[in-house]
Amino acid sequence: MSTRREFLQASGALAFCFALPACSGDEESAKSGHTLLGNRLQINADGSVDLMLGKVEFGQGIGTTLAQLAAEELDLDFSRVRLSYVDTDSSPNEFYTFSSISVQQAGPPTRKAAAQARAHLLQLAADRLGVAAESLTVADGQVLANGAQTAIDYWSLIGDEHATLELVEDVTLKPVDDYSVIGKSVLRIDIPGKVFGEPSFLQDLRLPDMVHARVVRPSAERAVLEGFNATVAEAMPGVLKVVRDGSFVAVIAEREEQARNAAKALGEKLEWRVPGDLPDSEALYDWLRNVDSRTEPVAEKTGNVDRGAVKTVSATYQRPYQAHASISPSAAVARFADGQLTVWSHAQGMYPLRAGIAKVLGLDIADVRCVHREASGCYGHNGADDAACDAAALAVKFPGRHVRVQWERADEMTWEPYGSAMHIEVSAGIDDAGQIRSWDYDLWSCPHTSRPRDEVQAENMIYARQREGALPLPPIQSIPQPNGGADRNGVPLYTFDRVNVRKHLATDVPMRVSALRGLGAYANVFAIESFMDELADIANEDPFSFRLRHLQDERAIALLEELERVSDWKNRPAPGTGGGWGLGFARFKNRSAWVGVVMRVTVKDGDIQLRWAKAVCDAGLIINPDGVRAQIEGGIVQSSSWTLKEQVRFSNEQKQSVDWNSYPILRFDEIPDIDVTLMDRNDQASMGVGEAAQGPTAAAIANAVFHATGKRLRRLPLVGNERS
Amino acid sequence: MTIEFTVNGKPVSVDVDAQTPLLDVLRNDFELNGPKFGCGLAQCGACAVQLDGVSIRACVLPVGSIAGKAVTTLEGLGSESKPHALQTAFIEEQALQCGYCASGIIVTAAAFLKSNPSPTSEDVKRALSGHLCRCGAQPRMVRAVLKAAEATGGSSE
Repeated sequence: MSTRREFLQASGALAFCFALPACSGDEESAKSGHTLLGNRLQINADGSVDLMLGKVEFGQGIGTTLAQLAAEELDLDFSRVRLSYVDTDSSPNEFYTFSSISVQQAGPPTRKAAAQARAHLLQLAADRLGVAAESLTVADGQVLANGAQTAIDYWSLIGDEHATLELVEDVTLKPVDDYSVIGKSVLRIDIPGKVFGEPSFLQDLRLPDMVHARVVRPSAERAVLEGFNATVAEAMPGVLKVVRDGSFVAVIAEREEQARNAAKALGEKLEWRVPGDLPDSEALYDWLRNVDSRTEPVAEKTGNVDRGAVKTVSATYQRPYQAHASISPSAAVARFADGQLTVWSHAQGMYPLRAGIAKVLGLDIADVRCVHREASGCYGHNGADDAACDAAALAVKFPGRHVRVQWERADEMTWEPYGSAMHIEVSAGIDDAGQIRSWDYDLWSCPHTSRPRDEVQAENMIYARQREGALPLPPIQSIPQPNGGADRNGVPLYTFDRVNVRKHLATDVPMRVSALRGLGAYANVFAIESFMDELADIANEDPFSFRLRHLQDERAIALLEELERVSDWKNRPAPGTGGGWGLGFARFKNRSAWVGVVMRVTVKDGDIQLRWAKAVCDAGLIINPDGVRAQIEGGIVQSSSWTLKEQVRFSNEQKQSVDWNSYPILRFDEIPDIDVTLMDRNDQASMGVGEAAQGPTAAAIANAVFHATGKRLRRLPLVGNERS
Repeated sequence: MTIEFTVNGKPVSVDVDAQTPLLDVLRNDFELNGPKFGCGLAQCGACAVQLDGVSIRACVLPVGSIAGKAVTTLEGLGSESKPHALQTAFIEEQALQCGYCASGIIVTAAAFLKSNPSPTSEDVKRALSGHLCRCGAQPRMVRAVLKAAEATGGSSE
């Protein structure tokens, strides 16, 4: 990756600056509305191309995918494209990398910039050759006239000039039939560095005069610091500063182990007043059902259903708090000097992070720069923003040196914002012909976002909560349909005569909650697809045909038919034999990719073993098939882990899930074999797949368990949580 | 105190508190990026390195206890110009998403293949079951280890 300065100061380069429209239409961006100018693409005379990313990489391969788009429209070999980190000094502002919309959001401007660059260079070539631009083509930068070699290439056209172009909207993109890079499973750009141990992660930053910090946090987030004694810690080797600011406590030391040791010693000298306001895990759903909440209508279809003609069936489904549980505990580096703050962070949005940090620390936004570096996968809003704010606050209190904050495992497990628990009550009216006529669906949950995305929500960051003079907690954020938060995928894709969906959103939440991969879609699809399975069973009908007759969406129908075929469903064994096959299906957000999963399990003494999963995905035009497969495979594994094992445990006083023993996840010897089939939809728009497998996988497992045992499991996780 | 050992074949010495975890020394003093901090509790495997050829957890091992021993990290297994069969296979199979766990898994797999050069898929899963991957790249990693074993014809290097 090149640095900002290399990018901006290059001579002999063609750069494209253009306005990126604000990320309108996305669920968490409703209030962003601003537009920045940014450099997107630079073609260098040395034969390379720099692509300035507005989206961040966290293992999903977005950089490689966008590089493919640029290479395609430029008619260049893919290997010429280099990626640049998101940096608020220079990158396009694409807000957060979230919601599986990176290809949709960043793809079109990348392609247009590349196509315009190609057209511009070909016009230069045409002028030089005295021929019509239409007669020219390009092969890896070489200009061809009527298919014959010329002496001209992109690089000689650029020469020593430094040109900057405004992007125009009216650009002709390559037709599908001409694609040579789009649709290819090119190897990801970032992987070699990661397998050879080159600096690839934020954790690998070793900046001049860097010092090491640890924060010291209590067992519950609303705990207040009442007793503080830094004498022992201050006297320990290497300690440079012990910080107390309200209930925010940290240690800064020369060496990492010194910071860790001093933080441990300091922690033993702190006294906290713990409010005891956390919901005991044993009574979680009673608490969630009864906590102060506000009710919002989600969907209402007032069809005429003769209540006498239907049988009403009801069920309750539950999902606990679950953790992102990233493999790398959050970290950040910050330096404050001459009034300027620079923060290196692995958060999902550098521009919103900059705004949030500026607000919390009372700095002018122009004096704050946020630079992205990768960490481990985050799967949503984890502790990254909070660690960045910790580092920023400490840098201001300890100016002049690079301050590196590293959270410990327990910090990550107990202070990240969890995916919210959900309690779902659904009832359906089904007629004698087995047709579902009415559908009533109520869900109770906490908010599914608390991103520090603007000046008000910045106060969600932990430092802002703990510091002296903290402002009141911001109002909760409810994400409206069509994307939805708690109610994401809460509206069935199936067609019923009458539908009523409501969400009840807790307004006073004593634990941090925010976006976890799929948001409410995971539990809603688990509930809807489990319930469809129950209703199919009541109608004495095959799960596939029962779904198909309630569907009108043609791509959904085609996908299910393909899944039925590739899973060899017709050879599904008889029920109750210990081995079971289950189906789960959804279109993510009801407006993104379609994914269906058939899972085969064996159940023995209550232990659920996953044997294989067959998945089919329709994501429209697929840029990198192997990248899509990887996302679906990873989604199936992670959702299997959530579904079988994961729940954050609380007592009233503390979070009890503090490490990998108290929050176990799926291990190598527990994963199923996975086979992913991609629908060929190259004539359709691309749609993100990163979150699309989470819900279908959960339902496929629960339905497979029912098929194997006749037992319906409705509370997640499915193992060790028996209750039907 | 001064502690002497070798890292990736080179003799080194370091003058730190003997209780300092080996991981901190490898990352901060020797600026190696392979071994990662993941839990500090020997639970996740991100920090795995080989000590005299055996995969161990560097996050809990005091550096004072390894005097005279040989440490091998991801960087010591191979390089872009001379890759280990596992590194080649991980690239070919695209066997990671974020890749934060990959170093520890490759290091453990390399030690494992020495003792079991022709493993089955089940053998590989068992050998790696002490390592956590949160992105769900395990199916690809198992394929990559099997591929590396095949590529080396069971010779393990």
